[in-house]
Amino acid sequence: MTSPLDQKKIKITGPVVVTANRVIDGAVVYRRADGGWSTHLDDAAIATNATGIHALIDAANADDLRAVGAYVAPVKVAPGGEVRPGNLRELIRLSGPTIDLPVTFGI
Amino acid sequence: MYVYDAFDRTLVAERVAEFRDQVARRLSGELTEEEFKPLRLMNGVYLQLHAYMLRIAIPYGTLSAEQLRMLAHVARRYDRGYGHFTTRQNIQFHWIKLEELPDAMAELASVGMHGMQTSGNVVRNITTDQWAGVAPDEIEDPRVWAEVIRQHVTLHPEFSFMPRKFKIAVGASAHDRAALRIHDLALRLHRNGSGELGFEVMVGGGLGRTPFLAKTIKPFLHKRDVLSYVEAVLRTYNQFGRRDNIYKARIKILVHELGVDAFAKEVDAEWQSIKDGMLALDAAVVGEIAGRFSYPDYERLEDSPPGLIEARRADRAFDTWVINSVSNHRVPGYAIVTLSLKPEGGTPGDATAAQMDAIADLADRYSFGEVRVGHEQNLVLPHVPQRDLPALWRALDAIGVALPNVNLISDIISCPGLDYCSLANARSIPIAQEITRRFRNLDLQRDLGRLHVNISGCINACGHHHVGHIGILGVEKNGEEFYQITLGGKADENATLGALIGPAVPYAQVADVVEDIAAAYLELRAQPDELFIDTVKRTGVEPFRERVYATR
Repeated sequence: MTSPLDQKKIKITGPVVVTANRVIDGAVVYRRADGGWSTHLDDAAIATNATGIHALIDAANADDLRAVGAYVAPVKVAPGGEVRPGNLRELIRLSGPTIDLPVTFGI
Repeated sequence: MYVYDAFDRTLVAERVAEFRDQVARRLSGELTEEEFKPLRLMNGVYLQLHAYMLRIAIPYGTLSAEQLRMLAHVARRYDRGYGHFTTRQNIQFHWIKLEELPDAMAELASVGMHGMQTSGNVVRNITTDQWAGVAPDEIEDPRVWAEVIRQHVTLHPEFSFMPRKFKIAVGASAHDRAALRIHDLALRLHRNGSGELGFEVMVGGGLGRTPFLAKTIKPFLHKRDVLSYVEAVLRTYNQFGRRDNIYKARIKILVHELGVDAFAKEVDAEWQSIKDGMLALDAAVVGEIAGRFSYPDYERLEDSPPGLIEARRADRAFDTWVINSVSNHRVPGYAIVTLSLKPEGGTPGDATAAQMDAIADLADRYSFGEVRVGHEQNLVLPHVPQRDLPALWRALDAIGVALPNVNLISDIISCPGLDYCSLANARSIPIAQEITRRFRNLDLQRDLGRLHVNISGCINACGHHHVGHIGILGVEKNGEEFYQITLGGKADENATLGALIGPAVPYAQVADVVEDIAAAYLELRAQPDELFIDTVKRTGVEPFRERVYATR
């Protein structure tokens, strides 16, 4: 998955959210509409146009104390409104490694 | 073991206090991330996909039992109960919290461990042969020289902001177990025609986007001159290395673009101006550093004691493990034991806190309290009395590190890949796990013989895929994971870069392709003892390509 670290120009082809890592512990967080951050993707503010996403990312970047490395990530919105990550990288960020951690694997 | 002196202990303790202050200022908002990032990187703290990652150096791959116990404690107290041993003799904790990092670092500092120079554009952890000091084919312990250089470059202001990172490896055996030729700078201790000891100096190796094997710029360098010559190489790189383009900033690009002869000439000019100055090594200084390495008080023992012979005869599983994982030691009656961190379906290089604690106890009981870490992501007990091998094997088997697959197809070198790493394009670990499942039959693995599979989840090549007998590189195509396969690479004294066999294959087909390659080898080999790597060399990749792509 192309790293969002290389994200220079924001191109929107579908619904997107702004995501980052929480400063205190690095946990994955999503920008909420009220200006806060949540670890739940369902809480994320979803933008579908350039105006909306620029407002979100500008505000997120200004919030350097709580979250770092903000970028725009694609999501999929099911007909029922359920929000899912838009690619494998974002799925792994949301759900964790696709493998069993060693503590669950063996001794 | 190397015993740190008061200077080192003070240095590490001061760094912890400094970092504690920096973290507090970051958490209070006094420091922005832009200001804080270079400070955390100086201490080996990265931000990955889901969390911060702390990388701890294990200088020249040598760990005491006490240090390993501390790593277990940090894994348990500050992380998720495990650590990941890397291809550069480091250990990484992947779930560490920023607010707890200073405490974790303070605990690590209490046993002389730290993350200094495990990141950033500096000289990184200096690596060497995990059998250093015990290998029968070794001329002299290379760790002494690694330590001489480590002391000189640690926090050296002139080398704290180089064009890019700089990796050094030191070897002293005929057989290269330290992957010398893939390093920015490598030193190989050997004897010249007059019987004098000195170093072959190689520069400009490295994998990543533009792989190169290091080229020899000085066939013989007297030991006295090693520090001044290393300094001359670093200065030349610092002066001429590119800072305008991160993809062209490594010394390998400089050596390639300038030409090896021109580069060597520049180094020599610099060296001539400093070689008789303060960096000329005084034998007494080297002796003092060498004196801080303690060696076991070995017993006078005989090789192959009767109890060992009997145990091997009585238990086929034990005998199989001895053949695979136990190597000759330079001292009669002792053995070098490799502990496989490559269980079927596991993550290459991972060890749980419980395993680390148990291995530390076994090191105390059977290996003079010493453990080694190899770039192949396995551990080593370097000083085991042969009479103790049966008891040790039972204990290792009980904690899952006695699988006799060392150097076989399931002994896979792998980076963490997209399951952890923010640079990755594709996953590495599940590919490794699936391959180990496909080849779970140890008889088949032994029939295939020595066969190194290396997997990287992106072009940065932390899994050293270019030098795998079978190399696997994850790439992204239209949002999907694909993998390029190379054959014929190797990282030993005859280092070679692998050749691409054809178009990348999708995630679901990688293990099938490896099976096809293995099957092709069994058909193509000239005789049963022709190694995979020799068959590829003899036939080229074409017959393997035909086999892999015939039905794809």
